[in-house]
Amino acid sequence: MYLALWRVLPGPLWLRILCALLLLLGALYALATWVFPWVDTLVNNQEATVGGP
Amino acid sequence: MTDPTQTSVAASRRADRRPRVRPRGVSVVGVIGELLITAGVLVMLFLGWQLWWNDAIMASEQSNAASEISRDWIEQERRSRDEQEPATEAEPNESAAVPGAIDHGEPIVAAAPGNADAFAVLYVPRFGADYRRTVAEGTGFDVLNSTRLGIGHYPNTQMPGEVGNFAVAAHRSAYGGGMHLINELQLNDAIYVQTADGYYTYRYRDMEYVSPSTVEVIAPVPNAPDAEAVDRIITLTSCNPLYSTAERIIAYGVFESWQPTSAGAPTDLAPIIAAQAAG
Repeated sequence: MYLALWRVLPGPLWLRILCALLLLLGALYALATWVFPWVDTLVNNQEATVGGP
Repeated sequence: MTDPTQTSVAASRRADRRPRVRPRGVSVVGVIGELLITAGVLVMLFLGWQLWWNDAIMASEQSNAASEISRDWIEQERRSRDEQEPATEAEPNESAAVPGAIDHGEPIVAAAPGNADAFAVLYVPRFGADYRRTVAEGTGFDVLNSTRLGIGHYPNTQMPGEVGNFAVAAHRSAYGGGMHLINELQLNDAIYVQTADGYYTYRYRDMEYVSPSTVEVIAPVPNAPDAEAVDRIITLTSCNPLYSTAERIIAYGVFESWQPTSAGAPTDLAPIIAAQAAG
């Protein structure tokens, strides 16, 4: 899967590495901005109170 | 870059490599394996995001929001005083220089606010000189997980300065970690509560570790629900151990003194208030 992605990347090695890094950073940004805050609302179990539900 | 010989070399290199690495193309098992590894990495990333990255962002947001509220109260008080007696006003912080010299009488006890309404700012120098958090009514996620609030006041427990128990809750880790360092409190550590009316100073007394169902700790007399309250107590509750919700850690403080906003902040709190006013 990732090997196929690597093959799709254009240009010489340095450009491929650059592209891969940019893709990775973009994925991380999307995760931190949209995906994780959303997941957080689903798995919220961090109770800090006494006598809570 | 678009040199045809170079691309053909690259293409032939790729062609050379392909049969060696994957003799029969992309295998199903290989893709499943990569997906599983990706899922594992995502879970770790999420935990890192929740416990450190987002925690740090929320801590700073909550801290800034608390500063804003505190500055507003001080500003409001000064403006209302300026309107009343414009010229004859002495330096507002003068009386703060002589702590204990002035008795401000019984503390003002505000009425309980509506759910998620901010009504106090908590300062605990032991948690750091720049530590401050807004206290709002209610202990739901709308308060504890808010980027503006962070500390929740147990409804039906007493208000700051009131005889009984002013009980609050905050996260130990993640969501700004309002009580991250609660276990570091030491005897007589100051716990300041600022409201629109003034400053309430409590002194940390003792710590307790209980099960999550132990509601007696927020009774007017902690652990004695039927007793009649005579002392003014503050109770901080959070999770224990760190990064777990198995137990609750409970810190008690005892009311020491009160002074109105017009008298300025208590001596030891004044530099913190001044620093927050400056930036």
